[in-house]
Amino acid sequence: MQGQQKNDKGSVTIVLFSGEMDKAIAAFVIATAAASMGMKVNIFFTFWGLNVIKKKGGLIKGRNWMQRMLNMMNYGHARKLAISKLNMAGMGPAMLKVMMAQKRVPSLHEFIKMAAALGVEFYPCEMSMSVMGLAKEDFIDECKDVIGAVSYLAIAKNTGINLFI
Amino acid sequence: MGTYSVTKTLDARGLSCPMPSVKTALTLEKMETGDVLEVLTDDPVSKKDLPVWAENTGNTLLGLEQEDTTIKIYLKKG
Repeated sequence: MQGQQKNDKGSVTIVLFSGEMDKAIAAFVIATAAASMGMKVNIFFTFWGLNVIKKKGGLIKGRNWMQRMLNMMNYGHARKLAISKLNMAGMGPAMLKVMMAQKRVPSLHEFIKMAAALGVEFYPCEMSMSVMGLAKEDFIDECKDVIGAVSYLAIAKNTGINLFI
Repeated sequence: MGTYSVTKTLDARGLSCPMPSVKTALTLEKMETGDVLEVLTDDPVSKKDLPVWAENTGNTLLGLEQEDTTIKIYLKKG
């Protein structure tokens, strides 16, 4: 089984359910810090969290009108996500990006690249994808296997730290 | 400084948590056991976090100095 603890330095498994930039950054700060400590890190992206690992583009996705409508209204990717408070129709994220850049905090996009380079493993959730009508090709190449709840649990039960964000 | 023979210096000034730890990990990875890394940072979090990082990754904290806003942390790869 992939993603299990490979060393004695511990491991972290994060379920990223939320699709907001601030929550995703929180997940990636923990993920990259843990990876820097030599820990094995897995992130299971589910439901709204799938937006974080979506490729840019492709507004109309899905097989029926409801899926297409949901994907149109829920359009987003790492560079285009709302924040969970003070979104103010996109002004909030724009200002937060500037404030983070001033403090030289990486952007979400940079965090994702860095996490992947550090060996953090990304798993999209199969069930959310089928509900929303999304395919593996809709996600960035850093993603590993598409997995279900049982496979997630098989990884999580052998993980020291489990977070749901 | 002066008391340690520094193999390499990592200038992580300006970077925020968790970047100093990430950069330190990536830099030490390319170094040999016993080498000494000097990390320069102005992130106050690193003053607490890098010693904890070293303890958790099997590396040794040799010393920590502060000059104005720059914190110098000496780590031995072990």
